[in-house]
Amino acid sequence: MADLKTNFNGIESPNPFWLASGPPTNCGEQIMRAFDAGWGGAVWKTLGDPIVNVSSRLAAIDYAGKSMSGLNNIELITDRPLLTNLKEIAAVKKKYPNHAVIVSLMVESREEWQEIIRRTEDTGADGIELNFGCPHGMCERGMGSSVGQEPKLLEEITAWTAEFSTIPLLVKLTPNITDILDPGVAAVKGGAQGLSLINTIKSIIGVDLDSFVPLPSVRDKSTNGGYCGPAVKPIALHMVAALARDSRITVPISGIGGIETWRDAAEFIALGAASVQVCTAVMHYGYRIVEDMIDGLSNYLDEAGLSSVSGLIGKAVPNFMDWGSLDLSFKTVSKIDADKCIGCQLCYIACLDGAHQCIHTHKGDCRAFHGKSDHGAGVRDCIADPVRHPEKDLKLLQVPFVDEEECVGCNLCQLVCPVPGCIEMVER
Amino acid sequence: MRNHFPLSEKRLENHFTDEKPLYSDLEALLEANRCLFCYDAPCVQACPADVDVPVFIQKIKSGNLRGAAKTIFSTNLLGVSTSRVCPVEESCAGACVLNEQNGKPVNIGRLQRYATEKGLAEAGRQRRPLFTSGPSLNKKVALIGAGPASLACAGTLALGGVTPVIFEKGRLPGGLNTTGIAPYKIDTESALLEIEWLLDLGIELKTGRHIGVDLPFAGLLTDFEAVFLGVGLGKDKFPGIPGETETGVWGATDLIRKIKNEADFTIPASMTKALVVGGGNTAIDIARELAMLGMPEVDIIYRRTEAEMPGYPHELRKAKQYGVRMLENLVTREIRKSDTGRLVLAVDHKLSGEKTDLEADWIVFAIGQASHVAKLNPRLKTDDRGRVSVNPETMETSVSGVYAGGDCVNGGKEVVNAVADGRRAALQILKKISSET
Repeated sequence: MADLKTNFNGIESPNPFWLASGPPTNCGEQIMRAFDAGWGGAVWKTLGDPIVNVSSRLAAIDYAGKSMSGLNNIELITDRPLLTNLKEIAAVKKKYPNHAVIVSLMVESREEWQEIIRRTEDTGADGIELNFGCPHGMCERGMGSSVGQEPKLLEEITAWTAEFSTIPLLVKLTPNITDILDPGVAAVKGGAQGLSLINTIKSIIGVDLDSFVPLPSVRDKSTNGGYCGPAVKPIALHMVAALARDSRITVPISGIGGIETWRDAAEFIALGAASVQVCTAVMHYGYRIVEDMIDGLSNYLDEAGLSSVSGLIGKAVPNFMDWGSLDLSFKTVSKIDADKCIGCQLCYIACLDGAHQCIHTHKGDCRAFHGKSDHGAGVRDCIADPVRHPEKDLKLLQVPFVDEEECVGCNLCQLVCPVPGCIEMVER
Repeated sequence: MRNHFPLSEKRLENHFTDEKPLYSDLEALLEANRCLFCYDAPCVQACPADVDVPVFIQKIKSGNLRGAAKTIFSTNLLGVSTSRVCPVEESCAGACVLNEQNGKPVNIGRLQRYATEKGLAEAGRQRRPLFTSGPSLNKKVALIGAGPASLACAGTLALGGVTPVIFEKGRLPGGLNTTGIAPYKIDTESALLEIEWLLDLGIELKTGRHIGVDLPFAGLLTDFEAVFLGVGLGKDKFPGIPGETETGVWGATDLIRKIKNEADFTIPASMTKALVVGGGNTAIDIARELAMLGMPEVDIIYRRTEAEMPGYPHELRKAKQYGVRMLENLVTREIRKSDTGRLVLAVDHKLSGEKTDLEADWIVFAIGQASHVAKLNPRLKTDDRGRVSVNPETMETSVSGVYAGGDCVNGGKEVVNAVADGRRAALQILKKISSET
C-alpha cells in the first residue's frame, strides 16, 4: 500500500489531507474529532483580535437540483478569546503529536505579530499560516487580502513574521489579484516556507429578487463575501500550477479550492501541491469524507505504481504549457457510437448553435459557412442519412452524424453527451 | 374557483385515493432535473397534443411555473386532466431517451400535473389569468357534447375571439373526464375544476340540452357559423346472448359512471364475485375499480389471449396487483340464474371447446360502445364502424361547416387525442372565419 505520509517543509502528517482554516477548525473538540476521522492535519481558524460575526453568514449556489456547488461566506476570523484557542491548540497537539496542527494568524502591527507568534509557538503547534487572503470584512481594516494584494506589503510582513518564528511559516494567498506569481514570489522573498492557496474569491453569490437584497442578507443589507466550493476548483488548480512551474517558487504548496474527493486532491498534487486543504466539502458532508479520500488516493497510487504521495507531486506540471507551445498539427475528430446513442440530439444542437455546425441529423441539412472549405448550401455527400434502430423498436431514435471533414475536434459534443463513452474524440 | 356543479359526497368514487398525487416542490425539482432537455425531442413527437415537454420542464427547473403552465396549455387546453389520464408509458414517457439509458423515463405526466396545477393556482392568486381572449369577432359556433374534444375546441375558439356554445345533454360537462376516467387517476371534482377554468375563457355551456331530442340538429347550421360534433360514443354494447338483460348485468361505462357520479350507489356487501367481459382498457379499469372497492373476486373474461389484448400491459399489471385475474380464450354463450339466484355466465373455451359455467354476482360487459352519430344527421358520412368520416387535416365532416373530433371520429382513443382533434378543428374554423371577415 502506498505511503501517504507527508512532510511539508518539516511539517509532518500521516496523510496530505488537512482541514483548511474555517468553521470546521473553530475549536479543539472539532479538530480532535476530525483527526479521529482520519484527517492528517488542520489549520486552526484564524486567530487575531476576536471579532463579532454577523447573522446570516453563508449563501450558496445550487446547480441542477444539487445543493452547494458554490458557497459564499461573510464570516470573519475567530470570535473566541485568544487564550481559549491557545489552550485548546496545546491540548490537541499533546493528544495528537503525530498530526499537523498549523495555526492561521491575522493581526496588524509588527508588535502584535511578534506577540501572537510567540504565544502560538508556546502551544507546540507545528506551523503558522499567515492569512493574507480573506477578501471580506478584514480587508476593510487593512488585513487579509488587502495585504495579499500588495506584494511589497506582503513581503514586508512576511519578513517580520519570519524573523519572529522558529516553526515553518506558510503564507495563504488570495486569488483576487491579476497574477498569482506577484504575491507568490513576494512571499518567498519575505521568507515564507510554504504557500497555501487559494483563499476565497471576492463575490456576490446572488440577489433576493423579492427584497432586492444581495445574499447572504444581514437584516436588509449585504456585503461581498468569499466564494469557495466545487465551483472554484479550476481557478485554484491554475494558480497552484502557475506557482509550481515557476522556478522562483522554491517552497512547497498546500493546495486549496473545491477539493471534495481523492480525485480532486490527486489533481492538485499532480499540479504541484504537497498537501491539500479542505473546508467546504466538510461543511457540506462532515469529517467522514476523508475516509474515501485516504482510501481512494491510496488505491490510485497503488494502481499508478507510485509508492508514496511524493511521487505524484508535480507530475503534471511539465505538461502545463503556454498556448504558443501547443502542437498546431494535432487534429481530433468526433466519433458517435450509434449503438450507445440514446437520441437526445444534444450534440447536434450544441454543435449547430454553439460550435461549428458539423453534426447533422438529416442528409443535406448543412447551410453553414465553414471558412476556407465553405461548401455552400448543397447536399454534402459525406453526410449519411440518420441511423435508426428498427431492431430496437425505437422509431424515434435518430443518431446524429458527424461531418468529419468539417469537425474541428473541439470536444463540445462529447461534453454535452449524457452517455459515457458514446462520443469519442479520435486522432485524425 | 366557482362551483357550478355540486356533487354528493356519498359517491363510491370517494373511496379511491389519488394514485399519483401532486408532486411537492422538491419532488418536482428533482424529477425535472432528470430531463436532458433533448433537441427535437422524441417525447414531443410522441405527444398527440404537441406539448413542448422539454421546454415546460425547463421552466419548472427555473421556477417559472406560470410559463410552464402556459407552454402546456398553449397546445393542450386540458393539460390538467391529460397529465393525470394520459397513458404516458405509451406516449411521451415511453419515448423518453432515458428509457435507453437506464430504463427510467422522466415522469412527464406528474411534472405536467405539477406545472398546470401550480401554474393555474399562481395565476389565480396573482389575479393575472394565463390567457386573455382575442377581440370578439361576433361569431358563434355550436358544439355538441361537452367532452374533452368539444372543450378543447371551444377553448381554442374563445381565445380566438369566437363565442363557443356547448350543448350537453347531461347534467355534468366533461364527458369521460367526469363520467368515465378511473377515479384513482382523476376524480370528478378535479376534472370539474379544470372545466370551470376553461368555461372562464368565454365558453357558453348549456347542460340538459339534447341535440336531436330537445333541439333539432338542422337549426344549428343556420344559427351558428359552424358546428362541432364531440358527441363521443353511445351506450355500452352487449354481445346479444340470452340473459344479458338480467339484473346484475352491467355495461361497463354505465357502471363506471355510477361509481363516479351517482349519490348513494353502493356494491352490496353480500357480493363476492364479478366477471368483466372484454379486453380493452375499459375492461381493465372497471375490473380494478371493483377489486379496489372490495369485491373479493374479479375475473376478466377475454376471448383471446392476454398478449392480444388491446388494453395496456402496464394497466393490466396494476389491476393484477389488486387481485384481478385474467381468464383467456373464453367466449360467452349465455347468462342464466342459478338455483341460489346468482348469475351464471356460460362460456366456451375457444380452442378446446370446453364448456364452463362461471357463477358471479355481477357480470360487466366492456366490449365497446355503440356509435350514436347517425341519429343526428343522416347526411353525415360514417365508416363501416359508425365512426364519423372527417378530413384529418381540417376535421371537417362530409357536411360543410360541420366538424367532428374525439371518440365519435376515432372510435374511442385517449383524452389527449380528443383534445388534439378539437384544437385542430377550432384552428380550422378560426381560419375560415377570419378569411371570411
